[in-house]
Parts: sequence; structure tokens; C-alpha cells
Amino acid sequence: MAEVLKDQSMLLQKEMIAQHFARLEQAPERHEPVVYTFVPGNLTELIRSFGALPVLPEINALQSGMRKQSGEYIAEAERSGHSEDVCAYVKCDIGMMKSGNISPAGTKLPKPDLLLLSYTGCYTFMKWFELLREEYDCPAVFFHVPYQGDGVLEPEHREYMIRQLRDTVIPALEKATGRKYDEEELRRRLALSARAEDDLVAVLESAKQRPSPIDGYFGTVYYVGPIFSAFRGTEEGVEYYRALREEIEARAAAGLGPITPSGSLDDQRYRLVVEGPPSWTHFRDFWKMFTDEKAVVVASTYTKVGGTYDTGFRHDPNDPLGTMADYCSGCYTNLNLPSRIDTIARYIREYEADGFVINSIKSCNSFSAGQLMILREVEKRTGVPGAFIESDLVDPRYFSSANIKNRLESYFQMIDARRRSAA
Amino acid sequence: MSCVIGIDLGSTTTKAVVLDGNGAMLGRGITNSRSNYDLAAAVARTEALINARFGLIQQRLSGAEREDAVARLRRAFVLEQMLHQLRRLEELMREEVDRSAPSDLRAAFTEALERICGRIADEEVALFQEPPATRSDFFRDAAGSAFMRIAEEVADPTGVSFDRLIGVYDKCIIRVENEPLDLDFRDHIADALKRVGTPEGLAEAVDHAVATDLTPVATVGTGYGRARLPFPKEQIRSEILCHGLGAHELFPNTRTVLDIGGQDTKAIQVDPAGIVTSFQMNDRCAAGCGRYLGYIADEMNLGLHELGPLAEQSRHAVKINSTCTVFAGAELRELLGLGQKREDILAGLHRAIILRAMSLLARSGGVSDEFTFTGGVAKNAAAVGAIRDLVDENYGARTINISADSIYTGALGAALFANRMVA
Amino acid sequence: MSRATVVDWARELYEDLDFGTVHRWLDQHPGSKAAGYLPVYVPRELLHACGFLPVGIHGGGDRLEIIRGDAFYQSYICHLPRSVIELAQSGRLDMLSAVLFPSTCDVIRNLSGMWKLLYPDTYVRYIDIPQVPDAAAAAQFYEGELHRLVNDLGAVSGKVPTPEDLAASIGLYNAMRSAIRALYAARQERPWDVPTEELYLLLRAGEVVPPEEFIARVGEYLDGVNADRRRPRDNSRVVIAGAFCEQPPLGLIKSIEKAGCYVVDDDFLLGDRFMTRDVPLDGDPLRNLADAFVRNDLKTSVLFEGDPDGKRNLMKQRAAAAHADGIIFATPSFCDPALLDQPMLRNGAERAGLPCIAFKYAENTGQFQQFREQAGTFSDSLKLWGAA
Repeated sequence: MAEVLKDQSMLLQKEMIAQHFARLEQAPERHEPVVYTFVPGNLTELIRSFGALPVLPEINALQSGMRKQSGEYIAEAERSGHSEDVCAYVKCDIGMMKSGNISPAGTKLPKPDLLLLSYTGCYTFMKWFELLREEYDCPAVFFHVPYQGDGVLEPEHREYMIRQLRDTVIPALEKATGRKYDEEELRRRLALSARAEDDLVAVLESAKQRPSPIDGYFGTVYYVGPIFSAFRGTEEGVEYYRALREEIEARAAAGLGPITPSGSLDDQRYRLVVEGPPSWTHFRDFWKMFTDEKAVVVASTYTKVGGTYDTGFRHDPNDPLGTMADYCSGCYTNLNLPSRIDTIARYIREYEADGFVINSIKSCNSFSAGQLMILREVEKRTGVPGAFIESDLVDPRYFSSANIKNRLESYFQMIDARRRSAA
Repeated sequence: MSCVIGIDLGSTTTKAVVLDGNGAMLGRGITNSRSNYDLAAAVARTEALINARFGLIQQRLSGAEREDAVARLRRAFVLEQMLHQLRRLEELMREEVDRSAPSDLRAAFTEALERICGRIADEEVALFQEPPATRSDFFRDAAGSAFMRIAEEVADPTGVSFDRLIGVYDKCIIRVENEPLDLDFRDHIADALKRVGTPEGLAEAVDHAVATDLTPVATVGTGYGRARLPFPKEQIRSEILCHGLGAHELFPNTRTVLDIGGQDTKAIQVDPAGIVTSFQMNDRCAAGCGRYLGYIADEMNLGLHELGPLAEQSRHAVKINSTCTVFAGAELRELLGLGQKREDILAGLHRAIILRAMSLLARSGGVSDEFTFTGGVAKNAAAVGAIRDLVDENYGARTINISADSIYTGALGAALFANRMVA
Repeated sequence: MSRATVVDWARELYEDLDFGTVHRWLDQHPGSKAAGYLPVYVPRELLHACGFLPVGIHGGGDRLEIIRGDAFYQSYICHLPRSVIELAQSGRLDMLSAVLFPSTCDVIRNLSGMWKLLYPDTYVRYIDIPQVPDAAAAAQFYEGELHRLVNDLGAVSGKVPTPEDLAASIGLYNAMRSAIRALYAARQERPWDVPTEELYLLLRAGEVVPPEEFIARVGEYLDGVNADRRRPRDNSRVVIAGAFCEQPPLGLIKSIEKAGCYVVDDDFLLGDRFMTRDVPLDGDPLRNLADAFVRNDLKTSVLFEGDPDGKRNLMKQRAAAAHADGIIFATPSFCDPALLDQPMLRNGAERAGLPCIAFKYAENTGQFQQFREQAGTFSDSLKLWGAA
């Protein structure tokens, strides 16, 4: 039974992604409009309600990283004038474009009919789309999601977002797609989103069990793929999360741990919370450093960049524009530093973690600036030790296996030593 | 006598420490790490055991003269080891000449090598009689500089040129280094004893030392090369933990440890039992490690050991702004060009390297009482002065511990872990 | 004051990392408070209207040893926040009752959160500026922000400003911006009479003294400049772009001038000149300010460029406006806004036939040899092959 279920969700997801890329390749012929946007603050339901297909350059970049193509793309971008210092996602995307715009799946990517710049907690996104606009010579619409500087979504900010959606974003979509705004279709999709979100949260929270049936970081990055990209608000998305939940519940019932590249991790010696994006170029190697030590990640912050659902938020079809504003504002990248610290501390407590790891990413100032303070604050508040390692998203030059392994091993031994002396 | 061994494989040097059943230090050994880590570990281990036996000899003797007698015997022993390696080097060089030198030069070549090696041997014997204040005991260093010097005299630009001689030397010295030579106690102690005239009390003590069984019952390895040690995983401990425990052993009231090695710097906080509570590493950036000083020494055409004393002569340190090694060189040249005094520049550079260490310490949790400073750079008086000043300025009065044995801290910690394994 | 005295006055203020002048002002105005702000742009008039002395925080440049600051930042983040934290942690910013963080980039943004935790008794606000092309929505949003800001600041200072107070402060800062524009105009016309080093020191002084004082000093300086005409040298005219946030060390500016360049336009301390036209004084002041901001025509890396051709044409426009022969892109290391914009700006410049060079600096760069050489070669080539 476990064997049959184990790869179901993974296979399903692979199929979905492959189909999506295939469909994208056909899009120009079939006159399906294409909208490029970002994972944080992605308005997939709205985009799809216009019959348009979303493309997420970040996901293209990370996929390129996982397939070891990013190094060459980044070099290409640097040759054309981009600095070593700037975000590798952007350079990877630019490089991919200059190399023929072939997707990581090997299919040709269509040009955008619209760039929907959801400015949700990452300054670099703004520049990214300015660069893409120059390359593609297409319209761009700027959707400004105000930063939660004081840790809450202010009513005025919500109004501002709703107004933008109504007066700017929707008209831009109408113009780019040639269709009218269909609120019923949007509501329908938002309802589908909510169902998928319920299942996703159940999956995320399953990690509170011992052993945890999921890995809340490496494994979960796959799980949030569909909901962060083209499939939130779709029937396929709902089906995927239903199947995933069933699979995970079965694993939990059987006392099994997550499936990892090294097999099923049932014997879990360390439960950890991870802050920061993963290194995509060395994803499996990095994961293996955890599984080798029998460490399972029970919760992570990165898996909330495309939406935070485990604090109760669900897309609400009764308030389509307002709910999209709420959704965008709650993405992890849009939360202020104190809120991020609260989140990590809460995860450590609720998921009974032995420690936490911060993977500090060179490319990403949004995540990285302030992480050293997060390290100290979380340690102070929770009393559990934190590990601090440094790597990058997709620039393979910035991942040093020896250094990272060294730090992680020292960290695990430190926890062991503390456990022994406490005993 | 039961004993345990700890081996610390660094990138520049490999250290080993032998402890007896009660955890008291019996001996220690150090060698340069070379390209073959397994061999470096074996050599360090051998050196440590040899050192232990000399300790036994010393214990066995009585009288005011015993330290001098043992010291002399030790130098004789080192001489025998060196002569042995020199013979092997000559053998390999002859083979190389036979194999690859032009046939018309072979005879002259072999004769030249014989002369050079003969003179090196003579010089070594002379140095044994009249030892200099300081010298490197590593074969490669001693042989290398002597060979170059004598080769210059012996070389014939039209025949066996300097370049040819050095070429053969370079090829063979690596092989000598990477061969497991018989440098054990038993092999050479008899010859060494003879060389010092076989004084009676000494001979008996030597016999006793030879007869003592010093087979270690447990070994623990640490350091950068530790993944390649021929030990099972359970016998490997992170260098962070070893450094923390080692420092604690040397100075039981240690709470903060700073280790500035050649290639990396570690800031470690330990609890009263010597267990690590937090740490930070700088293992990517040369600025802040010993390498930085090596770079400076090269730039200024000075020996590494000359930097500290020269810097201490400064009355008015120049402020160095660059934290990057590469730019520091440029800044150095500019300052020299502007007429700044070398000692003032050096004082500024020492402060700069220590500033990086201070950041690391701050990240790891600050400098608590007592503060132990280890690693090669701890032998540099100017660096130590800068540490004292900066700790005082930023944390107030702290007891700063520096041990002559500090380079063995990691190996000591590893040995202590080995002890716990048999306890 | 004579021109030389003004420059000395400004230099002393620039070099004083202990903000002595702010302390003196506080002593002279018991009951009043001081408020700090980070680069690039905050509406200082609001601070002023609430009775604060606005104090610009620009880091420690090359004059501050960083000890605690580096504990907060990894090596791949720019230098500015380190020295800002160093200033704060060493007690030099204790006299500030409020600190404002504009939406310049993610580093400044996150610093606002750090500040909340480090200094819970200081009022901290991150100011989100609207970047959307829909002027009405943007203005409405921003006006709301300004209202909230004014109320909060008023609670801190003990003085909630009336519309008259606001209008008066806006008027004063209009005058301040006029004074700065006059300085820039004078330099552009006669760069041999207005060395950039002096202009820069004046601007920095303006960050720590009341606007009235600054305006007076600028007046005196310009009078001095007009009275003391110098001979033009055979220098090239350049625009420096990219140095709008983390400031270059003074030595770097001097090196560029010494190497044979007249800097006829730059974006140093851009926040001071962010509003390119006077903000109207009649009507609702906050509405006017919000409106003026939204309709402002300044183009800079920290704002979204709504015009697809904007970045392509910007350098050409700036060079033309300043009658410059070439562009020097001088950006801080790791500065996302400046470095991400540079390829677009540079391509546009080169397509328009504008020669360019580019280099990176840090606020504490200690040696200028390579900048001298680069700028010198550039200046020579501009003269030889000219803006043909």
C-alpha cells in the first residue's frame, strides 16, 4: 500500500508541470495569452479567470538551478553587463532568455503578453520586470503590495490594493487578453483555492507528529509547487492536494517518515525548523546532509513565500478583491522582521523542534539582511540552538559542500553533546 | 600503558596529541599536511608517540642535567630522521636522473646531486653540534632552502643548470613527503644515542622507553581533512567541538574561544563543562585568517614570523579600511608609496585582521570571561596586542588565555573525546 | 561667513561622527527632539513641522571602525547598514527619538525591523512610497501614509502640527531645495568655481542643521563663489550616477576631480533634491505633498520606471541637461538598485553615443589609485575623442 501511494503525488506533480510547459509552448498558436508574474503575491486565480496562462520566472530559474543549467545562464548575463553582486535568479532568467528562452523542461517559452509585477516584499522583482520589459517590449502592470512594516495589514493598505486591482490590474489584464473581467469565474477559482489550501495546511501540520511524515522544507518545496505556480484555483490543483493529503495521512498512520532521496526517513534524530530559501543547484546534496544525520525539517519559512495558510487564511470567494489583497499581504517575504522572528519561534514551539537552521542566501537581500539578528533573537527566545550556513539560490559558485557539511555536522554534534549533558 | 590519540588534520599542519589513561598529556606531534591526509595523520601520530617516549625518557632520568641531555638526544634523533629522509630523497633523485635526464649529463648530474646532498648532510650535522635559535623541523623546509642555496653554487649554466637541479628536486621531494618512511622511535633511537656518546643513565632510560607499549586504545580524528581519515564515523568529531573541549582542558574557566587558523577562523562559546553552546565560522574569506598575514608577508617581502615584531614597533598605527585581502594589498602599496612607515602599516593590518575576528565573536555571542585565543596567529604578539585592546574596548576586562600549546587545542580536544569513548 | 569659512564649517560637521551640532541644538531647544532618517528620500518637512530637528543618517564613511556592525551583516550586503548600526550601538544616535526608513531597498527595509527590536523606545516607521502609475490611487495611498506619519510623529514630539505649521515647513523645504538647485546650477555653469568636494560638504552639512541655517550658508557660499571667479581648466564634464544611497568617501570624489573631471551632475544625497519642483502651499498641505510626490518627474533607481523607454533615455537626458561629455557609474558594492539598473542605463547611454566607465566603491574604500587612473584615462579619452 505504502509503495503504491508513495510516488503518487510526485508523479502527479511531474505530469502537471510537464503539461503546463507543453501548453505554454502551444500558447502562441492557440492564442492563449501569457502573463509573467512572481510567486509572492501571485494572482493565479485572477490570471486564469481571464483564460491566460501564468509563467513564473523564479520557478524557471530554480528549475534551471536544479538541472545544473543556471551556472552557464548566469555567466551569460554577467557577460552582457550584469554585476556579480546582484540576484542570481535575475541573471539566470536573463541568461536563459538570451540563450533561446528554452524552459527547464526543454520546451520553448512563450513571450509574455503582460508582465504582472506583484511587488510583494522583494525589491529586486521591480528591477527584474523592468529588465524583462526592455527585452520583450511588452506592457507591464505594477501591483504594489504595501509592506507590513508594523506587523499588520492596515485597512488603508487593503483599500489601496483593492483599488489597484480594480482600476489598474484588471483593466491591464482585459487589454492584454482581449477578454472582460469575469467575477464569477474568479469566485469559482477562489473557492477551489480554499479547498486546496485546507489540504495543504493539513499536510504541513502533519509534521507536528512523531515521526513526521513529511519533510517540511526539502519535501515541502515540491508540495507547494502547484499552489505557488499555475495550479492554485484549478481542478488539477484541488485533486493534487487531495491526493497528497491522503498519501501523507497514510504515511502518518503507518508511522512512516518522509520519502527522501536516501529512502524513507523513519528514524528521526533531530527535528529542525529552517529559515531561508534552499540552494537549488545542490538541492539533493544539501538534503542529504540532513538525512545522513537523520534530521527531518518539521517547518520552514520559505514554503510560505507564495502564501501563508497555516495561520488560518483561506481565499474567500465572497470577497474576491479583498481576499487577494489579504493573500498578498500575508506572503512571508512581505512580513516585517519581528513577525518573521515570531513565526520561527512559534514553529519551534508548535512543531517541537530541537533547533533551527538559517540558510543565508547571497542573492537574496530580502531574506538575508537581518538574518544574523534573527539567529540571536530566536535563540534567546526559544533557548534552542541555531545553525547559520551560507550558500546561494542558483549560483553554483556559492555552494561549498565542505564548509556547509562542516557547520552542520558541528551543529548536530553540539545538540548531541547538550542532550548528553542534560541527561 | 593505555593511551588515546587525537588527530587534528588542518589545511596547513596536522597535529596529534597522546593522552594517558587519566587524561594527562603524554606527547604531541606536528607535521605539514601535504597532499596525502592519511599519511599526514600517520606521521603526526608517529611524531606524537615519539614525543611521548621522549617524555618517558625524561621522567626516568634524574639530576639537573636531564633536560639538556634529553634535548640533545632529541635533536640527535631528529637529525637521524632527517638524514634518513635525505638518503631517500637522494635515491629518488638518482632514479629520476637515470630515467629522464639527457644521457650526456647523467654522470655530472648524479655527481652534483651527491655533492649537494652530502653538503646538506654535513650542514645538518654541524647544526646539530651548534643549534640555531629557531628553525623549522619540517624536512621539506630545511631541505628545500638548503638545496636551493647549494644548488646555486654547484650548478653549471651550460650543463647541469640550476633549473634542472630544482626540477628534479621538486619532483622528488613530493614523493618523499608522501611516502610512509620509517621514522619511528625504534628505527633511529639507537643511532641517535650513539651520536650523543651513549651516556649510561640515558641508555637505560631509552631502553625503558622503547619497551613501553604505547598502542592507543582509541583514536578520534578532527579537522578539515577528517572525512578522509580511515576511521569510522563514530570516531570523528567536529573541529568546533574539539577546539571547545581542548580550550576548556587547557583553561577550565574558558567561556569563549577564538581560533585563527591559516585558512579559517572560529569563534566558539562553551559552557562550564566545555560543551559548545554556539559557534560561528569564517571559512570563505581570507581576510581574518592567517592567510591574510601570509599575503601581507609576501607583499612586504618579509617572513611570517617577522610581521608581529615589526608591527609592535609602531607608535602610530595607520588605519586600514579594506577588509578584503585583495584590496588590502593595494592599500598597502599605496600607503608605502605615500611614505607611511612599514611598522605603522603593519600595526594597522594586524588590527584589521583582528577586527574581523571581533565580528565573528560578536556573531557567536560576544566575549565572555575567560577568553582563550588559539591557533597559529596567537603566536603573533601584535595580533595578541590588538585582541587585548579590542576586547577591553568592547567588552571590558577579560582574562585572556594564550597557551604555548594552543596549536594543539583541536587535537587535544579530539583526544579527550577519545578518552570518553573508553571511559 | 566667507566662502572659505562656510566650507570649513561644513567640513567640521561632515567629520563629526558624534553629531555635536545636534546635541547643541537640543541643548538650545529644551523640550524639542531630534529625528533621524535613512537614505534616500523622506519628507523632512513633516519632521520639521512636528518640531523635530531632522537628522540625516549616512553611516560612518571611512571614519568609523566597524566592530559591532559586522555582527549584524553577512559579507555580501552593502556597507552602509553596518556603519549605521555601529553608530547606533556606540550610542551616537541615542539622541534620536524617532527614525524613519524609506523604501529604498530590502536592506533598509529590513533594517527598520531590526531597529524596532534593538531600540523599542524609539519610534520607527518604514515609509512605503507608492510606485504605481495610477496617480490618483498613489496619491490617496501616500496621503494616508503621511497623515498617519504626522499623527505618530506629533505624539512623539508633543506637537501635532496644524495645516499652517505644515505649510510653513513645506515652504521652508521648498526654499531649501531651491538653494540646492542653485548650487547645482552654479556648478554646472562654472564647475571651476564650484568644486564638487565643497558642494558635497555643504549638502552633508545640510543633513544635520536646521534648514534656515543651511539656506543662509548656501547663500553666503554662492556670494563668495560669485565674488571669486576662477579660471576654467581643460577638464572633461561628467555625470556621476549610482551614488544616491551609500555615499562615497570624500577621497573618491576628490580623486575624480583631480583626475581631470568636472562633475557637472550627480545623484549624491538625492533625497535632498527628490522633489524637483516647489510643493504648492495653498490648500491641504499633506494632499499637496502627496500629489507633488506622485507627479514628481525625478527618475531614479529606487522608483519603478513606468515608461518603457525611461531607463534607455535617462542618461542621455541627464548628460544633455548638464552638458556633460560622459557618464561615470559609481555604485556601492552589493547595491541592488544601482547595479540592477546599470545595464539598462549604460546600454541606453552607449546607444546614444555617450562614453561611460563604471566602478564600484564602498563608503570606507581606503585607496583611490585605481579610481584616479580610471577617471584620468576616461577624462583624457573624452577630450581626445570628445562628445563628437
